[in-house]
Amino acid sequence: MNRQITRLAVVAIVLLTALIVATTYWQAWAAPSLAERQDNALQRVAEFRIKRGRILAADGRTVLASNVKRRSNGQTVYLRRYPTRGLFAHVVGYSTQVRSRAGLEQALNDFLTGANTNLDTVLDTTFDKLRGATIEGNDVVLTLRPRAQRVAYEAMVGQCGSVVALEPATGRVLVMASVPTYDPNLVERNYGAIARRGTPCRAGAPLVNRATQGLYAPGSTFKVVTAAAALDSGRFELDSTFNDPGYCIEYGDRVNNYDTTRPFGTVNFLQAMQYSINSVFCNVGIRMTALPIIEYMERFGFYGLPPLDTPDGERKASGLYEGGKLFRPKDPNQVDPGRLAFGQERLGVTPLQMAMVAAAIANSGAVMRPQLVQRVQAPDGKRITRLRPDELNRAVSRKTAEDVTRMMEAVVQNGTGTAAQLPGVSVAGKTGTAETGVAGRNNAWFLAFAPSDKPRIAIAVVVENTNGTGGQVAAPIAKRVLQALMPAASNSVPSG
Amino acid sequence: MSARNRELVNLVVVGALMTLGFASVYIALSEQVSTTSLSAAGFFFALYLIAHLVARSTVPHADPYLLPMTALLTAIGLTEIYRLDADDAFRQGIWVVVGVALFASTLIVLRHDFRRLEAYRYLFGIGAIVLLALPALPGIGATVNGATLWVRAGPIQFQPGEFAKLMLIVFLAGYLQEKREVLAQGRLKDFGPLLMIWGGAMLVLVQTNDLGSALLYFGIFLAMLYVATGRVLFAALGAALFIGGAVVVHQFVPRVQERVSTWLDPWADPEDDGYQIIQSLYSIANGAFGGTGLGRGTFYNTPGGGNEGEPLIPFAKTDFIYSALAQELGLIGVSALLLVYMLFVLRGMRIALLAGDGFSKLLAAGLTFGFALQTFIIVGGIVRLIPLTGITLPFVSYGGSSLLANFVLVAGLMLVSNRANARAA
Repeated sequence: MNRQITRLAVVAIVLLTALIVATTYWQAWAAPSLAERQDNALQRVAEFRIKRGRILAADGRTVLASNVKRRSNGQTVYLRRYPTRGLFAHVVGYSTQVRSRAGLEQALNDFLTGANTNLDTVLDTTFDKLRGATIEGNDVVLTLRPRAQRVAYEAMVGQCGSVVALEPATGRVLVMASVPTYDPNLVERNYGAIARRGTPCRAGAPLVNRATQGLYAPGSTFKVVTAAAALDSGRFELDSTFNDPGYCIEYGDRVNNYDTTRPFGTVNFLQAMQYSINSVFCNVGIRMTALPIIEYMERFGFYGLPPLDTPDGERKASGLYEGGKLFRPKDPNQVDPGRLAFGQERLGVTPLQMAMVAAAIANSGAVMRPQLVQRVQAPDGKRITRLRPDELNRAVSRKTAEDVTRMMEAVVQNGTGTAAQLPGVSVAGKTGTAETGVAGRNNAWFLAFAPSDKPRIAIAVVVENTNGTGGQVAAPIAKRVLQALMPAASNSVPSG
Repeated sequence: MSARNRELVNLVVVGALMTLGFASVYIALSEQVSTTSLSAAGFFFALYLIAHLVARSTVPHADPYLLPMTALLTAIGLTEIYRLDADDAFRQGIWVVVGVALFASTLIVLRHDFRRLEAYRYLFGIGAIVLLALPALPGIGATVNGATLWVRAGPIQFQPGEFAKLMLIVFLAGYLQEKREVLAQGRLKDFGPLLMIWGGAMLVLVQTNDLGSALLYFGIFLAMLYVATGRVLFAALGAALFIGGAVVVHQFVPRVQERVSTWLDPWADPEDDGYQIIQSLYSIANGAFGGTGLGRGTFYNTPGGGNEGEPLIPFAKTDFIYSALAQELGLIGVSALLLVYMLFVLRGMRIALLAGDGFSKLLAAGLTFGFALQTFIIVGGIVRLIPLTGITLPFVSYGGSSLLANFVLVAGLMLVSNRANARAA
């Protein structure tokens, strides 16, 4: 029987070896993809043992996300706390067990958990693991300015909408506010309280980051894009003259101005911008035709997901929308060029995209990548990454940018946007008032940058569902935020 | 060095490992060193010292590695159970005490000649059937996690199948030794009793709803049949019969169907049918190469989500102890664990080779292969080589019946070994 016993021993050893092979498959080969699965609660809970990196505002002192230590089943876990509550909620997001992660907490998870691959840090974390020490993540310092962010929320109290401010030369995001906001501390335990909170706006979901996900009709702020396209194409100049009868004829029908009772008569292109005359832009659009305007939109970043550090799913592309989907016309007959030119076609744009338009004009026509992360630093203070300005694209020539700046200066000096004037600082701006379909209710817009001769801040403000115009409602908000961001004018800003 | 002195040295090594393991769990969980872990390890060592002394007086020539490997496996099990739930570790510790006592009594009772068991082979055969039938009896049978494998009498519940397995092996060793020459001739009429065993395995499958137990019993039977007759064809035919029978059963028993489809694609129903295996795979994956370290794995929800303390892996200390170990010890650790099982199997097969008579050879080979096959069925189910079934990982899983039966198994192997080595010496 010994031959059979030997063979049986071989069979038994083969069976047990197969177990080692299969275990190797799961632990060495399949482990990374299993770790990334959304339903892997164990992985998510395990990451709460890591002392996640803090998230700080641009001043390096204001803490936007930190940890509290708890003991559970004999183990130390670190739970997330957000001391500034709703103030930075949409950018920072949350990190929870039951609802996973959102915002930068999701997008920068590798940095925050110290899982980023860098020879130095990988060695450190491996040693920490071997010692059984708590793994500490890296701190992330953002570009957001806490004081201006607070001013933006104060200025928007009782309204719905968004404020986005950029540094034109670098793309730094200085302010990103989305109103209504929510308290990220409630997400884990009391999510229902967030969802139940009533808001005065139609799309009331407070978790939506309106700055990057809110699609609004741009109204007359779109005239900045049209004017840039018209001037850059060389077919129009600042002193090109037009006649305004109070309306424009398109497809044999009248397209009316905002106020048809007072036609402006003979005006030049600069004045048409200054007073936001629809009929002039309508005629510019008809002569430009739609597709060249759309090409300029793409140069400014429309039709692409705006690059930002937040998760892709929390951003939307701007452009023409049809049936809820982004629509890029290939045939000029698919678009009404006159209405497109003054922003009344089926346009859906995000506040971030419009801020990028203002910033590109301010930055001599170059579109910079908007960035939220100033630097990432290891727990010992060693810097891991830092922000590097990145030019995405040149939208228009330097000359065109200067001409559009002249037009926008006129808007604030003596046009529809005088409410945004700042003492001692020249501001360039453009108002917008987009009809919502309900009589007397508009979405009010204001785009601006300042100082117009040496721009340091570009801003987009949208206020939803208001009975005022962009010049009345949005421009004063832009003014307050600009003041908060300008060191020279900081004294006059009430602090919060 | 004599066999028993070698055994003693190995036990000292295991005792030291146990102390280290307990201490590291204790430090990880409490962030302090305490004498509790030392006294637990000391008690454990003293227990095996008694087992060693009994072996020294009853089976002096027996294989010196089986007892230390048994101690190592129970120590690994106790450490991981302690890490998951300290109270259960205490209960398991009591079972180890009872197990060692049973081990010692088996050695003492059968020290002169274990081969007299051969005379009672049919009694063992009937005993196995009775034990297998017990869970089906109304009133005392109990169904846990979908499988009817339990008997409950008052506060005590046990799995009679674990002991039925041993009785089946004793019966088969005696029966096959008696009939192996006629069987080897391959006459159809001699196969009547064997077809009955096949029918019995199918009945077990239908009645317990548990593919794993049926596979275990029938696998042991085929292996012993092959060892006795040397005819591969018989084993192949038997395997074909089993697979055919299993396919038929699969058509009619929903639970078996569910197990098979879950095996093929657990993510088809991740919340319900696939839940256990998916959570177990996540646990294994989280261990990766080096493991999280003892006491540092993730098994329970932490505060914050409102479900603090709820387990992330169901049945972690019984069916899924391997997944728990894989998370904390990593690939290195569980590969080492499986190597211990391999060494155990090699020692067992060596004993079968050295044994002087057919009954002893069949008994040792049957016990050893049963041990190997049980390990393969549970771990193979966890790593998705075969459909998952709820049987225990020998010496490591939480549970008294399995522990006691396996202590008797080790005693059996040591008795066979002692006789073979004494004859050679």
